[in-house]
Amino acid sequence: MKWTRKDLLALSEMSAEEIIFVLDTAAEFKDVGRRRLKKVPSLRGKTLVNLFVEASTRTRTSFELAAVRLSADVVNITAGGSSLSKGESLKDTAKNLEALAADLIVLRHSAAGASRFLAARLGAGVINAGDGSHEHPTQGLLDVFTIRERLGRIEGVKVGIVGDIRFSRVARSDIQALTKLGAEVTLIGPPTLVPREFGRLGVRLTDRFDDVLGELDVVNLLRIQHERQKAGHFPGTGEYASLFGLNASRAARLKQGALVMHPGPIHRGIELDGSVADGPHSVILDQVTNGLAVRMAVLYLCGSVPPKEGE
Amino acid sequence: MTDEHAGRRLMDAGGVASAEMRLVGGIVGKINREERIFLAGIPTRGVALAARVARALRERGIDSGLGTVDISMHRDDLGLREGVSALRGTELPLDLERWTVVLIDDVQHTGRTARAAIEAVLAFGRPRRILYGVLADRGGRELPLCPDATGTVLKVEDHARVRVRLTEVDGDEGIFAS
Repeated sequence: MKWTRKDLLALSEMSAEEIIFVLDTAAEFKDVGRRRLKKVPSLRGKTLVNLFVEASTRTRTSFELAAVRLSADVVNITAGGSSLSKGESLKDTAKNLEALAADLIVLRHSAAGASRFLAARLGAGVINAGDGSHEHPTQGLLDVFTIRERLGRIEGVKVGIVGDIRFSRVARSDIQALTKLGAEVTLIGPPTLVPREFGRLGVRLTDRFDDVLGELDVVNLLRIQHERQKAGHFPGTGEYASLFGLNASRAARLKQGALVMHPGPIHRGIELDGSVADGPHSVILDQVTNGLAVRMAVLYLCGSVPPKEGE
Repeated sequence: MTDEHAGRRLMDAGGVASAEMRLVGGIVGKINREERIFLAGIPTRGVALAARVARALRERGIDSGLGTVDISMHRDDLGLREGVSALRGTELPLDLERWTVVLIDDVQHTGRTARAAIEAVLAFGRPRRILYGVLADRGGRELPLCPDATGTVLKVEDHARVRVRLTEVDGDEGIFAS
């Protein structure tokens, strides 16, 4: 196949073939990171705007480094969530970005659909770096990349996603990528954070972590999104940690070779004990390295598609 | 035999074989016995050609390494072409500074592929030197880069599209213009 998308908005709209195409491209870019010169000229002369309307350090840094390694010029714009909200003001932002002649825009926004809104109005490529609780496609891609790299396959792999599914864009993107590539996904958490509607996505739901722990090939722990919580969803930190935290005694029951993943930032002692995060099952730092390769691949692919005319 | 997909035939299998011999002869003439030779094919057909050159060199008692150089990340026309192709990977020796890299491609035209390939090799390291061998030189240079070894020189119109077909890749053999 050939890649023809100028935007990366959601994994829900991508085919398995497209996802694998990105993963294969990312594998080549991971090689670039091991070379004497860690930089390629693919996006030389192009301008990338990192527009982070919602706070983020690691994702923004990862995109910035990815863009720099592709030789793009990078501008970072961060704004408080209050001044730039959806609707008209985002449209104004779009016009400003167009006036700066940006070729690629990486958007993090608290409103679901914000990146699609921009993509529909701009000739520039738009990469969704997280839109509210909707999707975080590059995180989903880097998670399946890491699983494929470590286990050699995705199909038939048993993946447990633990925690705050309701408010997690990471969970949504992971579920899309994993189910499309044939993994068996189980969502684990208190019923308040694992809504029954998710059953429609072809995944299993449970609130009994200990019952499924021993059969999982991958345990992906999510951060509790306190900033998105409304009262009543979350049982309290101590209770949550005792029921759903991956502590040392639970880790001892993991399958040999099982992977422990976390998108970061980790709340040590709540969803994941420090000893497990730093232990032999953990691939958390692989995720960081692979995130860079995946973002290079996405920027390279979307940045190499000719811009739309007449926008 | 004419192939309606490939266009007018400029050279048959015998012509390709002769060009290949001249290419190998040209490379042999440029290298010396102390050098460690690494043949780096430029995808797609350069890779098949590099393997043929490696065999021919071995028959002459010259050992060589064999790999590929994917120029995709170093192209200067990204954003001008519809759709992005899959990356093919680059395989070069880790101790590149001890090798002479011979880039192998099927057709030289503008010189832009050669430029990208040179840059791709230099991104890996600093080889002793880089040579460039092509099966067919069709002219039409846009950059001042000429091959060190050439199998054949083709006389074609500037706008003509020249295609080399090789058995390993295409199932048959010849050089065509359309």
